[in-house]
Amino acid sequence: MRIAPKYWYLVFLIPCVALLLPPFFNNDNPALAGMPFFYWYQLVWLLVTAALMVGIVLLRRRGRGAV
Amino acid sequence: MIAWGTLAVFVLCMGALLAVGAWAMRWRPGNMDQLEDWGLAGRQFGALLLGLIVAGDIYTAYTYIAVPAYLYGAGAIGLFAVPYTIVANLIMFIVMPRLWSLFRQGGHITSADFVRARFGSRPLALCMALTGIAATIPYIALQMYGLEICLAQMGLHPEVFLILFFAVFAVYTYISGLRVAALLAVVKDGLIAVMIVTGFLYLMATLGGMQSIFHAAALRLPSHSVLLAPAQFPTYVTLAIGSLLALFLYPHALTGVLSAKDAAAVERGALLMPVFSFLLLLLSLFGFAALAAGVHPGALFGVNYGANLAIPALLARVFPPWFTGFAFAAIGIGALVPASIMSIAAANLFARNIYREFFRPNLAPDEEAAAAKLASLVVKVGALAFVLAAQDTGVIQYVINFQLLGGVWILQTLPAVLLGLYTTWFHRWALLAGWGVSMALGTWMFFSQHPFSTSYPLVFAGHTYTVYAALLALLVNLALAAALTPLCRRLRTPAVSPASVPAEAPIPVPVGAAE
Repeated sequence: MRIAPKYWYLVFLIPCVALLLPPFFNNDNPALAGMPFFYWYQLVWLLVTAALMVGIVLLRRRGRGAV
Repeated sequence: MIAWGTLAVFVLCMGALLAVGAWAMRWRPGNMDQLEDWGLAGRQFGALLLGLIVAGDIYTAYTYIAVPAYLYGAGAIGLFAVPYTIVANLIMFIVMPRLWSLFRQGGHITSADFVRARFGSRPLALCMALTGIAATIPYIALQMYGLEICLAQMGLHPEVFLILFFAVFAVYTYISGLRVAALLAVVKDGLIAVMIVTGFLYLMATLGGMQSIFHAAALRLPSHSVLLAPAQFPTYVTLAIGSLLALFLYPHALTGVLSAKDAAAVERGALLMPVFSFLLLLLSLFGFAALAAGVHPGALFGVNYGANLAIPALLARVFPPWFTGFAFAAIGIGALVPASIMSIAAANLFARNIYREFFRPNLAPDEEAAAAKLASLVVKVGALAFVLAAQDTGVIQYVINFQLLGGVWILQTLPAVLLGLYTTWFHRWALLAGWGVSMALGTWMFFSQHPFSTSYPLVFAGHTYTVYAALLALLVNLALAAALTPLCRRLRTPAVSPASVPAEAPIPVPVGAAE
């Protein structure tokens, strides 16, 4: 199944929801390298969001190359 | 007491930067008598340069001073800036390329230009311009404050030297507009990145690693916790959402985006932004490091800077003097560059959407550029007056409130500007009503708090939720605009199509951009 490129952006709803529901990550544990969960959880989503942005640009470029 | 070693390195770095600025005046030269050339640097920047410029423009003393100070004084709530910038990056990635295209198509250089053409309403455009200028002034004031406390920490008389630095920068801006600011923004990104990364590693090494920093911070915070209290959840979330929606409505952010050479450059430039979100996260932890290092910021030169001094005090206390001088230069330029772009953006609004629109409709392009240059000076003086007045009355608890107050205002332009990119459904009168009511409401919520604060205690169903006033006002704004739109349609006899440019005064496409 192919998803039209304009719907690709919907994937960003995941980090938005994940970052804006603090009750689910307002914890000390599990800590990572001395960093409470609250802090490194947000760092992880930063990286995931960046990867998604790059992924979309690459996917679109590949789609264009195929035509 | 003057810290000579620190001061020497600071002066050396600042001197080098000003020399770079002087050279930049001849970099990719343009016609400084054209607003589009002075105020948008001729729309010429590709993805990499654009990303660096936008980052240099939106990461300001807010990031370097205000956010870490907020963590230092109030704990985890200050970290709202991290989710805020992560999601704001998405706005640059998804929405800003469209904004660039629509603005380019219409020859717009400000949001008020766009609104005027999109909704065919001069009053609405005027309100957008006034809001942009009003929101920019406290934001520039925050930059000045950031520089001021670094100067004070080095033992320089803050007000005298603050005025000196801003005078030099105002001259640079006056002469060559966005060009110098853009080049220095790139240099600034580099300095700040080096300062944050090396500073962070040094702090880790000297303060016994991440675990002991968090541990010490938890002990010394008033809440005795590096986590949020459940009552802070609504504050955290609304601060993040309100700030992220507001970011790319600010005139200086738009100016940065519009200096791109095409829409693709905006989208690709956004890919660079997560790097800066990461640096922001590292830097916010400096606030906890200041707690762990036992920094007790207080009064300097008879002004009580309180928690806002946390970062300069930490840098002066823990680091070798040469690094402190370098870091202060990075923060200083990190404040001056955005302040310069902000004043350019506000000046564009004044010259084009107020002066030419309402006072001098037949303004020649060179006169328009001259008016903008002059306005850029006036805006800076206004911000200086703002910061000096605010600190004399002692109302600055957390300087972050400067930016958050600007956010309360600028967010009220969202229905017309950001939603206007996608729909012309809203009626211009309804937009105007929503804007007016929400501006008044947001301002009232700020001034009704003691001390003044943008966090408003909303009582709902017997519970009190402390929320960011900007978002509350925006909801009222949107509700009103949506409710009044059908009503306005009914009242109005066959209207001018709201999407059309009014026939009586079309906006000329600026010349000089195509060469």
